[in-house]
Amino acid sequence: MFCQECGKKPATLHFTKIVNGEKTEFHICESCAREKGESIPGAPNSFSIHSLLSGLLDFEHIAGSNIGGIKQPTLRCEECGLTYAQFSKIGRFGCSSCYREFAEKLDPLLKRVHLSTVHTGKIPKRSGGQIQCKREIEQLRRDLQSKVEHEEFESAAQLRDRIRELERKIADL
Amino acid sequence: MTKHRFSQHALSDWMKGEGPESEIVISSRIRIARNLRNQPFPMLATNQQSKDVMEQLTEVSQSGKLKSIGRFETILLSEISELDKRVLVEKHLISPNLANESRCGAVILSDNESVSIMINEEDHLRIQCLYPGFQIQEAWSLASGIDDIFEEAADYAFDEKRGYLTTCPTNVGTGIRASVMMHLPALVLTSQINRILSAVTQVGLAVRGLYGEGSEALGNLFQVSNQITLGQSENEIIDNLYSVARQIIEHEKAARKRLMEDSRLRIEDRVKRSYGILSYASIMDSKEAAQRLSDVRLGADLGILSNVTPQVLNELLVMTQPGFLQQTFNEKMSPEQRDFRRAELIRKQLRGETDYGGA
Repeated sequence: MFCQECGKKPATLHFTKIVNGEKTEFHICESCAREKGESIPGAPNSFSIHSLLSGLLDFEHIAGSNIGGIKQPTLRCEECGLTYAQFSKIGRFGCSSCYREFAEKLDPLLKRVHLSTVHTGKIPKRSGGQIQCKREIEQLRRDLQSKVEHEEFESAAQLRDRIRELERKIADL
Repeated sequence: MTKHRFSQHALSDWMKGEGPESEIVISSRIRIARNLRNQPFPMLATNQQSKDVMEQLTEVSQSGKLKSIGRFETILLSEISELDKRVLVEKHLISPNLANESRCGAVILSDNESVSIMINEEDHLRIQCLYPGFQIQEAWSLASGIDDIFEEAADYAFDEKRGYLTTCPTNVGTGIRASVMMHLPALVLTSQINRILSAVTQVGLAVRGLYGEGSEALGNLFQVSNQITLGQSENEIIDNLYSVARQIIEHEKAARKRLMEDSRLRIEDRVKRSYGILSYASIMDSKEAAQRLSDVRLGADLGILSNVTPQVLNELLVMTQPGFLQQTFNEKMSPEQRDFRRAELIRKQLRGETDYGGA
Protein backbone atom coordinates (compact mmCIF):
# COMPACT_ATOMS: atom_id res chain seq x y z
CA MET A 1 0.00 0.00 0.00
CA PHE A 2 1.30 3.44 -0.92
CA CYS A 3 1.14 6.56 1.19
CA GLN A 4 -2.19 8.36 0.89
CA GLU A 5 -0.47 11.73 1.05
CA CYS A 6 2.40 11.64 -1.40
CA GLY A 7 1.53 8.43 -3.24
CA LYS A 8 5.25 7.75 -3.73
CA LYS A 9 6.60 5.97 -0.68
CA PRO A 10 5.12 2.84 0.88
CA ALA A 11 2.79 3.54 3.78
CA THR A 12 4.50 2.39 6.95
CA LEU A 13 2.25 4.06 9.51
CA HIS A 14 -1.37 3.14 9.92
CA PHE A 15 -3.58 5.30 12.09
CA THR A 16 -7.09 4.78 13.28
CA LYS A 17 -8.67 7.91 14.68
CA ILE A 18 -11.94 7.79 16.50
CA VAL A 19 -13.43 11.23 17.07
CA ASN A 20 -16.94 11.35 18.55
CA GLY A 21 -17.53 7.77 17.45
CA GLU A 22 -16.55 8.52 13.86
CA LYS A 23 -13.76 6.28 12.63
CA THR A 24 -11.18 7.45 10.09
CA GLU A 25 -8.13 5.55 8.87
CA PHE A 26 -4.86 6.91 7.51
CA HIS A 27 -2.11 5.02 5.76
CA ILE A 28 0.91 7.24 5.28
CA CYS A 29 4.68 7.15 5.02
CA GLU A 30 6.95 8.31 7.78
CA SER A 31 7.98 11.63 6.24
CA CYS A 32 4.41 12.67 5.50
CA ALA A 33 3.40 11.68 9.01
CA ARG A 34 6.04 13.97 10.42
CA GLU A 35 4.76 16.82 8.28
CA LYS A 36 1.20 16.18 9.32
CA GLY A 37 2.35 16.24 12.91
CA GLU A 38 0.86 12.89 13.82
CA SER A 39 2.65 11.52 16.81
CA ILE A 40 4.81 8.52 16.11
CA PRO A 41 5.10 6.18 19.07
CA GLY A 42 8.70 5.93 20.16
CA ALA A 43 9.78 8.99 18.18
CA PRO A 44 11.16 11.99 20.11
CA ASN A 45 7.97 13.98 19.58
CA SER A 46 5.70 11.21 20.83
CA PHE A 47 3.07 11.69 23.51
CA SER A 48 4.17 12.30 27.04
CA ILE A 49 1.69 12.27 29.85
CA HIS A 50 1.95 16.05 30.06
CA SER A 51 1.26 16.69 26.39
CA LEU A 52 -1.60 14.24 26.61
CA LEU A 53 -2.97 16.14 29.60
CA SER A 54 -2.64 19.49 27.95
CA GLY A 55 -4.56 17.99 25.02
CA LEU A 56 -7.42 17.30 27.41
CA LEU A 57 -7.20 20.82 28.76
CA ASP A 58 -7.09 22.41 25.31
CA PHE A 59 -10.39 20.77 24.53
CA GLU A 60 -12.00 23.24 26.92
CA HIS A 61 -10.10 26.08 25.39
CA ILE A 62 -11.43 25.27 21.93
CA ALA A 63 -14.97 24.82 23.17
CA GLY A 64 -14.80 28.23 24.90
CA SER A 65 -13.41 30.10 21.92
CA ASN A 66 -16.36 29.10 19.76
CA ILE A 67 -18.79 31.32 21.62
CA GLY A 68 -19.01 34.32 19.30
CA GLY A 69 -15.34 35.11 19.67
CA ILE A 70 -15.86 36.65 23.12
CA LYS A 71 -12.55 36.69 24.99
CA GLN A 72 -12.82 35.50 28.55
CA PRO A 73 -10.80 37.36 31.20
CA THR A 74 -7.49 35.71 32.02
CA LEU A 75 -7.86 33.21 34.85
CA ARG A 76 -4.84 33.55 37.13
CA CYS A 77 -3.85 32.07 40.49
CA GLU A 78 -3.57 34.97 42.95
CA GLU A 79 -1.04 33.09 45.04
CA CYS A 80 1.65 32.03 42.56
CA GLY A 81 0.69 33.93 39.40
CA LEU A 82 0.25 30.90 37.16
CA THR A 83 -2.45 31.48 34.53
CA TYR A 84 -4.91 28.82 33.49
CA ALA A 85 -3.54 29.08 29.95
CA GLN A 86 -0.02 28.28 31.24
CA PHE A 87 -1.39 25.43 33.31
CA SER A 88 -3.13 23.92 30.30
CA LYS A 89 0.12 24.10 28.35
CA ILE A 90 2.38 22.44 30.93
CA GLY A 91 -0.20 20.32 32.77
CA ARG A 92 1.20 21.24 36.18
CA PHE A 93 -0.02 23.43 39.02
CA GLY A 94 2.17 26.12 40.56
CA CYS A 95 0.98 25.89 44.17
CA SER A 96 -1.78 24.42 46.31
CA SER A 97 -3.97 27.53 45.81
CA CYS A 98 -4.17 26.83 42.05
CA TYR A 99 -6.63 24.05 42.88
CA ARG A 100 -8.94 26.61 44.49
CA GLU A 101 -8.42 29.36 41.89
CA PHE A 102 -9.05 27.05 38.93
CA ALA A 103 -11.73 25.06 40.77
CA GLU A 104 -14.54 25.68 38.28
CA LYS A 105 -12.45 24.25 35.44
CA LEU A 106 -11.12 21.21 37.25
CA ASP A 107 -14.09 18.89 37.49
CA PRO A 108 -14.19 17.94 33.78
CA LEU A 109 -10.41 17.47 33.72
CA LEU A 110 -10.27 15.32 36.86
CA LYS A 111 -13.21 13.29 35.66
CA ARG A 112 -11.41 12.48 32.44
CA VAL A 113 -8.17 11.55 34.19
CA HIS A 114 -9.53 9.78 37.28
CA LEU A 115 -13.23 9.17 36.46
CA SER A 116 -13.92 10.96 39.72
CA THR A 117 -13.55 14.39 41.31
CA VAL A 118 -13.64 13.72 45.05
CA HIS A 119 -10.98 12.25 47.34
CA THR A 120 -12.06 9.28 49.45
CA GLY A 121 -8.71 8.09 50.78
CA LYS A 122 -6.38 8.89 53.65
CA ILE A 123 -6.77 12.07 55.69
CA PRO A 124 -3.93 13.85 57.54
CA LYS A 125 -4.14 12.82 61.20
CA ARG A 126 -3.21 16.12 62.78
CA SER A 127 -5.22 18.56 60.66
CA GLY A 128 -7.89 16.22 59.39
CA GLY A 129 -9.92 15.46 62.55
CA GLN A 130 -12.85 17.57 61.41
CA ILE A 131 -12.89 16.03 57.93
CA GLN A 132 -12.91 12.58 59.50
CA CYS A 133 -16.02 13.55 61.54
CA LYS A 134 -17.77 15.02 58.49
CA ARG A 135 -17.17 11.85 56.52
CA GLU A 136 -18.54 9.74 59.32
CA ILE A 137 -21.64 11.96 59.54
CA GLU A 138 -22.24 11.60 55.79
CA GLN A 139 -22.05 7.83 56.10
CA LEU A 140 -24.37 7.85 59.13
CA ARG A 141 -26.91 10.02 57.27
CA ARG A 142 -26.99 7.51 54.43
CA ASP A 143 -27.48 4.67 56.94
CA LEU A 144 -30.21 6.67 58.68
CA GLN A 145 -32.04 7.19 55.37
CA SER A 146 -32.10 3.47 54.68
CA LYS A 147 -33.23 2.64 58.25
CA VAL A 148 -36.12 5.07 57.91
CA GLU A 149 -37.07 3.58 54.56
CA HIS A 150 -37.16 0.13 56.15
CA GLU A 151 -39.09 1.53 59.11
CA GLU A 152 -36.42 0.48 61.62
CA PHE A 153 -37.08 3.49 63.78
CA GLU A 154 -35.29 2.32 66.90
CA SER A 155 -31.88 1.99 65.21
CA ALA A 156 -32.62 5.15 63.23
CA ALA A 157 -32.93 7.04 66.51
CA GLN A 158 -29.56 5.70 67.65
CA LEU A 159 -27.97 6.87 64.42
CA ARG A 160 -29.58 10.29 64.84
CA ASP A 161 -28.07 10.61 68.33
CA ARG A 162 -24.64 9.62 67.06
CA ILE A 163 -24.87 12.24 64.27
CA ARG A 164 -25.79 14.94 66.84
CA GLU A 165 -22.86 13.92 68.99
CA LEU A 166 -20.43 14.22 66.05
CA GLU A 167 -21.89 17.57 65.04
CA ARG A 168 -21.26 18.88 68.55
CA LYS A 169 -17.71 17.54 68.34
CA ILE A 170 -17.10 19.42 65.07
CA ALA A 171 -18.43 22.64 66.62
CA ASP A 172 -15.92 22.21 69.46
CA LEU A 173 -12.92 21.60 67.20
CA MET B 1 34.15 13.59 47.74
CA THR B 2 32.80 11.11 50.25
CA LYS B 3 31.93 7.67 49.01
CA HIS B 4 28.42 6.59 49.76
CA ARG B 5 27.31 3.08 50.45
CA PHE B 6 24.85 3.07 47.54
CA SER B 7 27.60 3.52 44.96
CA GLN B 8 29.87 0.84 46.43
CA HIS B 9 27.41 -2.03 46.55
CA ALA B 10 25.05 -3.13 43.85
CA LEU B 11 22.83 -4.99 46.23
CA SER B 12 19.71 -3.26 47.53
CA ASP B 13 17.19 -5.14 49.62
CA TRP B 14 14.75 -5.33 46.70
CA MET B 15 17.30 -7.28 44.63
CA LYS B 16 17.67 -10.16 47.06
CA GLY B 17 15.25 -12.27 45.09
CA GLU B 18 13.21 -13.04 48.19
CA GLY B 19 9.58 -12.55 49.06
CA PRO B 20 6.34 -14.14 47.87
CA GLU B 21 6.09 -15.04 44.16
CA SER B 22 9.66 -13.86 43.65
CA GLU B 23 10.09 -16.09 40.59
CA ILE B 24 7.71 -13.75 38.73
CA VAL B 25 7.45 -10.54 40.76
CA ILE B 26 10.86 -8.89 41.06
CA SER B 27 9.77 -6.01 43.27
CA SER B 28 6.82 -4.10 44.69
CA ARG B 29 6.89 -0.35 45.07
CA ILE B 30 4.77 2.37 46.67
CA ARG B 31 5.37 6.04 46.02
CA ILE B 32 3.50 8.75 47.94
CA ALA B 33 3.50 12.38 46.74
CA ARG B 34 3.04 15.17 49.28
CA ASN B 35 3.46 18.95 49.34
CA LEU B 36 3.77 21.59 52.03
CA ARG B 37 0.84 23.92 52.43
CA ASN B 38 2.61 27.26 52.54
CA GLN B 39 5.22 26.90 49.82
CA PRO B 40 4.78 27.03 46.04
CA PHE B 41 5.37 23.68 44.33
CA PRO B 42 9.03 23.03 43.35
CA MET B 43 8.50 24.09 39.73
CA LEU B 44 7.67 27.68 40.75
CA ALA B 45 9.62 27.92 44.01
CA THR B 46 12.49 30.37 44.31
CA ASN B 47 15.89 28.98 45.25
CA GLN B 48 15.41 30.27 48.80
CA GLN B 49 11.98 28.61 49.07
CA SER B 50 13.38 25.33 47.76
CA LYS B 51 16.17 25.55 50.29
CA ASP B 52 13.68 26.17 53.12
CA VAL B 53 11.61 23.15 52.06
CA MET B 54 14.73 21.01 51.94
CA GLU B 55 15.84 22.13 55.40
CA GLN B 56 12.40 21.67 56.93
CA LEU B 57 11.96 18.17 55.54
CA THR B 58 15.49 16.91 56.18
CA GLU B 59 15.07 18.04 59.77
CA VAL B 60 12.18 15.60 60.15
CA SER B 61 14.53 12.81 59.12
CA GLN B 62 16.70 13.60 62.15
CA SER B 63 13.74 12.98 64.45
CA GLY B 64 13.72 9.92 66.65
CA LYS B 65 10.58 8.54 65.02
CA LEU B 66 12.19 7.93 61.64
CA LYS B 67 15.19 6.36 63.37
CA SER B 68 12.90 3.74 64.86
CA ILE B 69 12.32 2.45 61.30
CA GLY B 70 15.98 2.15 60.41
CA ARG B 71 19.20 4.00 59.81
CA PHE B 72 18.95 6.81 57.29
CA GLU B 73 21.47 8.86 55.37
CA THR B 74 20.64 12.24 53.83
CA ILE B 75 22.29 12.93 50.49
CA LEU B 76 22.15 16.36 48.87
CA LEU B 77 22.06 16.05 45.09
CA SER B 78 24.34 19.07 44.76
CA GLU B 79 27.07 17.24 46.65
CA ILE B 80 27.35 14.08 44.59
CA SER B 81 28.76 13.49 41.11
CA GLU B 82 26.71 13.04 37.94
CA LEU B 83 27.81 9.41 37.92
CA ASP B 84 26.56 8.87 41.48
CA LYS B 85 23.21 10.36 40.48
CA ARG B 86 23.02 7.99 37.55
CA VAL B 87 23.78 5.01 39.79
CA LEU B 88 20.97 6.06 42.15
CA VAL B 89 18.57 6.21 39.19
CA GLU B 90 19.69 2.82 37.90
CA LYS B 91 19.08 1.29 41.34
CA HIS B 92 15.58 2.83 41.29
CA LEU B 93 16.38 4.82 44.44
CA ILE B 94 15.74 8.23 42.89
CA SER B 95 13.81 9.35 39.82
CA PRO B 96 15.46 10.78 36.68
CA ASN B 97 13.52 13.97 37.43
CA LEU B 98 15.24 14.36 40.83
CA ALA B 99 18.64 13.60 39.31
CA ASN B 100 18.39 15.99 36.38
CA GLU B 101 15.89 18.74 37.08
CA SER B 102 15.62 19.37 40.81
CA ARG B 103 16.80 22.46 42.66
CA CYS B 104 17.89 21.84 46.24
CA GLY B 105 17.05 18.20 45.69
CA ALA B 106 17.86 15.63 48.34
CA VAL B 107 17.26 11.98 49.07
CA ILE B 108 16.96 10.36 52.47
CA LEU B 109 18.00 6.76 52.05
CA SER B 110 17.58 3.85 54.46
CA ASP B 111 20.67 1.68 54.79
CA ASN B 112 19.04 -1.38 53.22
CA GLU B 113 17.82 0.94 50.44
CA SER B 114 14.21 -0.16 50.77
CA VAL B 115 13.12 3.38 51.68
CA SER B 116 14.07 6.45 49.70
CA ILE B 117 12.53 9.80 50.49
CA MET B 118 12.97 12.38 47.75
CA ILE B 119 12.81 16.10 48.44
CA ASN B 120 12.08 18.78 45.85
CA GLU B 121 11.29 16.36 43.09
CA GLU B 122 8.17 17.28 41.09
CA ASP B 123 6.50 17.50 44.52
CA HIS B 124 8.11 18.65 47.77
CA LEU B 125 8.10 15.18 49.23
CA ARG B 126 8.05 11.77 47.62
CA ILE B 127 8.20 8.74 49.87
CA GLN B 128 9.18 5.53 48.13
CA CYS B 129 9.23 2.02 49.57
CA LEU B 130 10.64 -0.77 47.46
CA TYR B 131 10.28 -4.39 48.57
CA PRO B 132 11.47 -7.61 46.95
CA GLY B 133 8.80 -9.95 45.58
CA PHE B 134 5.04 -9.50 45.75
CA GLN B 135 4.67 -7.39 48.92
CA ILE B 136 2.66 -4.40 47.82
CA GLN B 137 0.57 -4.21 51.01
CA GLU B 138 3.70 -4.36 53.17
CA ALA B 139 5.27 -1.56 51.13
CA TRP B 140 2.12 0.52 51.58
CA SER B 141 1.99 0.14 55.36
CA LEU B 142 5.63 1.17 55.71
CA ALA B 143 5.20 4.14 53.35
CA SER B 144 2.01 5.23 55.11
CA GLY B 145 3.79 5.09 58.48
CA ILE B 146 6.59 7.30 57.18
CA ASP B 147 3.95 9.65 55.74
CA ASP B 148 2.46 9.95 59.25
CA ILE B 149 5.86 10.84 60.70
CA PHE B 150 6.30 13.68 58.22
CA GLU B 151 2.71 14.84 58.69
CA GLU B 152 3.30 15.28 62.42
CA ALA B 153 5.99 17.84 61.71
CA ALA B 154 4.86 19.48 58.47
CA ASP B 155 1.59 21.09 57.30
CA TYR B 156 0.56 19.23 54.18
CA ALA B 157 -1.31 20.78 51.27
CA PHE B 158 -4.59 18.92 51.71
CA ASP B 159 -8.05 19.78 50.49
CA GLU B 160 -11.20 18.19 51.82
CA LYS B 161 -12.60 17.59 48.34
CA ARG B 162 -9.46 16.98 46.27
CA GLY B 163 -7.31 15.25 48.87
CA TYR B 164 -3.53 15.62 48.87
CA LEU B 165 -2.65 18.35 46.36
CA THR B 166 0.13 17.58 43.88
CA THR B 167 1.94 19.42 41.10
CA CYS B 168 0.53 17.14 38.42
CA PRO B 169 -3.25 16.55 38.37
CA THR B 170 -2.57 12.88 37.56
CA ASN B 171 -1.35 12.37 41.16
CA VAL B 172 -3.94 14.36 43.12
CA GLY B 173 -6.12 12.70 45.77
CA THR B 174 -4.25 9.88 47.42
CA GLY B 175 -0.96 10.84 45.76
CA ILE B 176 0.03 7.19 45.59
CA ARG B 177 1.50 5.19 42.79
CA ALA B 178 1.65 1.48 43.51
CA SER B 179 3.56 -0.72 41.12
CA VAL B 180 4.84 -4.25 40.71
CA MET B 181 7.73 -5.24 38.47
CA MET B 182 7.03 -8.56 36.79
CA HIS B 183 9.12 -10.90 34.67
CA LEU B 184 6.76 -12.39 32.07
CA PRO B 185 8.83 -14.37 29.54
CA ALA B 186 6.33 -17.18 29.02
CA LEU B 187 3.49 -14.78 28.22
CA VAL B 188 5.77 -13.08 25.68
CA LEU B 189 6.93 -16.39 24.14
CA THR B 190 3.36 -17.62 23.78
CA SER B 191 2.24 -14.24 22.31
CA GLN B 192 -0.36 -13.69 25.00
CA ILE B 193 1.24 -10.60 26.44
CA ASN B 194 -0.45 -7.96 24.27
CA ARG B 195 -3.89 -9.33 24.94
CA ILE B 196 -3.26 -9.38 28.68
CA LEU B 197 -1.63 -5.98 28.84
CA SER B 198 -4.38 -4.29 26.86
CA ALA B 199 -6.91 -5.83 29.25
CA VAL B 200 -4.88 -4.45 32.14
CA THR B 201 -5.00 -0.91 30.76
CA GLN B 202 -8.78 -1.12 30.63
CA VAL B 203 -9.10 -1.50 34.39
CA GLY B 204 -7.31 1.73 35.24
CA LEU B 205 -3.77 0.32 35.37
CA ALA B 206 -0.74 1.28 33.29
CA VAL B 207 2.08 -0.89 31.96
CA ARG B 208 5.61 0.41 31.51
CA GLY B 209 9.15 -0.83 31.02
CA LEU B 210 11.88 -1.30 33.63
CA TYR B 211 12.78 2.37 33.99
CA GLY B 212 9.30 3.87 34.15
CA GLU B 213 7.44 6.23 31.89
CA GLY B 214 8.49 6.00 28.26
CA SER B 215 11.03 3.22 28.78
CA GLU B 216 11.02 0.07 26.68
CA ALA B 217 10.00 -3.27 28.17
CA LEU B 218 13.47 -4.81 27.88
CA GLY B 219 14.15 -8.30 29.11
CA ASN B 220 10.45 -9.19 29.42
CA LEU B 221 10.17 -6.98 32.50
CA PHE B 222 6.92 -5.12 32.90
CA GLN B 223 5.92 -2.59 35.51
CA VAL B 224 2.21 -2.54 36.25
CA SER B 225 0.89 0.44 38.21
CA ASN B 226 -2.31 2.32 39.08
CA GLN B 227 -3.32 5.26 36.89
CA ILE B 228 -6.13 6.59 39.04
CA THR B 229 -5.28 8.38 42.28
CA LEU B 230 -8.54 10.22 42.98
CA GLY B 231 -11.92 8.82 44.01
CA GLN B 232 -10.56 5.48 45.24
CA SER B 233 -9.10 4.87 48.67
CA GLU B 234 -5.50 3.69 49.00
CA ASN B 235 -6.74 0.23 49.94
CA GLU B 236 -9.01 0.04 46.90
CA ILE B 237 -6.12 1.09 44.65
CA ILE B 238 -3.78 -1.48 46.18
CA ASP B 239 -6.38 -4.27 46.22
CA ASN B 240 -7.15 -3.60 42.56
CA LEU B 241 -3.48 -3.76 41.59
CA TYR B 242 -2.96 -6.80 43.81
CA SER B 243 -5.77 -8.81 42.28
CA VAL B 244 -4.84 -7.91 38.70
CA ALA B 245 -1.18 -8.74 39.35
CA ARG B 246 -2.27 -12.00 40.98
CA GLN B 247 -4.15 -12.93 37.79
CA ILE B 248 -1.15 -12.06 35.61
CA ILE B 249 1.02 -14.27 37.86
CA GLU B 250 -1.39 -17.18 37.38
CA HIS B 251 -1.39 -16.69 33.59
CA GLU B 252 2.40 -16.59 33.53
CA LYS B 253 2.61 -19.75 35.65
CA ALA B 254 0.15 -21.56 33.38
CA ALA B 255 2.08 -20.43 30.30
CA ARG B 256 5.37 -21.68 31.81
CA LYS B 257 3.81 -25.01 32.62
CA ARG B 258 2.47 -25.36 29.11
CA LEU B 259 5.81 -24.41 27.58
CA MET B 260 7.53 -27.11 29.63
CA GLU B 261 4.95 -29.70 28.62
CA ASP B 262 4.74 -28.85 24.91
CA SER B 263 8.20 -27.61 24.03
CA ARG B 264 10.58 -28.52 26.79
CA LEU B 265 13.56 -29.10 24.48
CA ARG B 266 13.12 -25.77 22.74
CA ILE B 267 13.02 -23.93 26.06
CA GLU B 268 16.03 -25.81 27.39
CA ASP B 269 17.91 -25.02 24.21
CA ARG B 270 17.02 -21.34 24.40
CA VAL B 271 17.99 -21.05 28.06
CA LYS B 272 21.29 -22.90 27.66
CA ARG B 273 22.26 -20.99 24.52
CA SER B 274 21.73 -17.73 26.33
CA TYR B 275 23.66 -19.00 29.34
CA GLY B 276 26.49 -20.11 27.06
CA ILE B 277 26.63 -16.77 25.28
CA LEU B 278 26.58 -14.80 28.52
CA SER B 279 29.32 -17.04 29.94
CA TYR B 280 31.69 -16.62 27.00
CA ALA B 281 30.82 -13.57 24.88
CA SER B 282 33.30 -10.69 24.63
CA ILE B 283 30.87 -8.02 23.49
CA MET B 284 27.41 -7.58 24.96
CA ASP B 285 25.09 -4.65 24.30
CA SER B 286 22.44 -3.76 26.84
CA LYS B 287 19.52 -4.97 24.76
CA GLU B 288 21.02 -8.41 24.16
CA ALA B 289 22.08 -8.62 27.81
CA ALA B 290 18.53 -7.93 28.96
CA GLN B 291 17.08 -10.59 26.65
CA ARG B 292 19.70 -13.24 27.52
CA LEU B 293 19.42 -12.55 31.22
CA SER B 294 15.67 -12.99 30.91
CA ASP B 295 16.22 -16.42 29.32
CA VAL B 296 18.64 -17.41 32.08
CA ARG B 297 16.23 -16.21 34.76
CA LEU B 298 13.47 -18.31 33.23
CA GLY B 299 15.88 -21.26 33.13
CA ALA B 300 16.69 -20.81 36.81
CA ASP B 301 12.99 -20.57 37.71
CA LEU B 302 12.14 -23.71 35.73
CA GLY B 303 14.99 -25.69 37.27
CA ILE B 304 16.87 -25.98 33.96
CA LEU B 305 19.85 -24.11 35.41
CA SER B 306 20.72 -24.86 39.01
CA ASN B 307 23.84 -22.74 39.51
CA VAL B 308 22.34 -19.25 39.00
CA THR B 309 20.52 -17.49 41.81
CA PRO B 310 17.81 -14.83 41.38
CA GLN B 311 19.96 -12.46 43.44
CA VAL B 312 22.81 -12.64 40.92
CA LEU B 313 20.38 -11.91 38.09
CA ASN B 314 18.77 -8.96 39.89
CA GLU B 315 22.19 -7.54 40.62
CA LEU B 316 23.22 -7.99 36.99
CA LEU B 317 20.10 -6.12 35.92
CA VAL B 318 21.43 -3.06 37.71
CA MET B 319 25.18 -3.66 37.36
CA THR B 320 25.03 -3.85 33.56
CA GLN B 321 23.50 -0.36 33.29
CA PRO B 322 25.85 2.31 31.87
CA GLY B 323 26.31 4.29 35.11
CA PHE B 324 26.96 1.29 37.27
CA LEU B 325 29.45 -0.19 34.79
CA GLN B 326 31.49 2.99 34.87
CA GLN B 327 31.30 3.04 38.66
CA THR B 328 32.41 -0.60 38.94
CA PHE B 329 35.40 -0.28 36.61
CA ASN B 330 36.13 3.26 37.77
CA GLU B 331 36.56 4.69 34.29
CA LYS B 332 34.67 6.73 31.73
CA MET B 333 33.54 4.57 28.81
CA SER B 334 32.31 4.99 25.27
CA PRO B 335 29.29 2.84 24.36
CA GLU B 336 31.63 0.29 22.69
CA GLN B 337 33.85 0.06 25.72
CA ARG B 338 30.74 -0.45 27.84
CA ASP B 339 29.77 -3.42 25.68
CA PHE B 340 33.20 -5.04 26.37
CA ARG B 341 33.02 -4.31 30.07
CA ARG B 342 29.41 -5.47 30.28
CA ALA B 343 30.39 -8.81 28.74
CA GLU B 344 33.34 -9.09 31.13
CA LEU B 345 31.25 -8.28 34.17
CA ILE B 346 28.54 -10.79 33.25
CA ARG B 347 31.14 -13.53 32.65
CA LYS B 348 32.74 -12.94 36.02
CA GLN B 349 29.48 -12.56 37.89
CA LEU B 350 28.12 -15.83 36.50
CA ARG B 351 31.33 -17.53 37.63
CA GLY B 352 30.94 -16.01 41.08
CA GLU B 353 34.01 -13.75 40.79
CA THR B 354 33.58 -10.32 42.25
CA ASP B 355 36.93 -8.61 41.70
CA TYR B 356 36.76 -6.18 38.81
CA GLY B 357 40.09 -4.48 39.33
CA GLY B 358 38.33 -1.11 39.41
CA ALA B 359 36.77 0.83 42.27
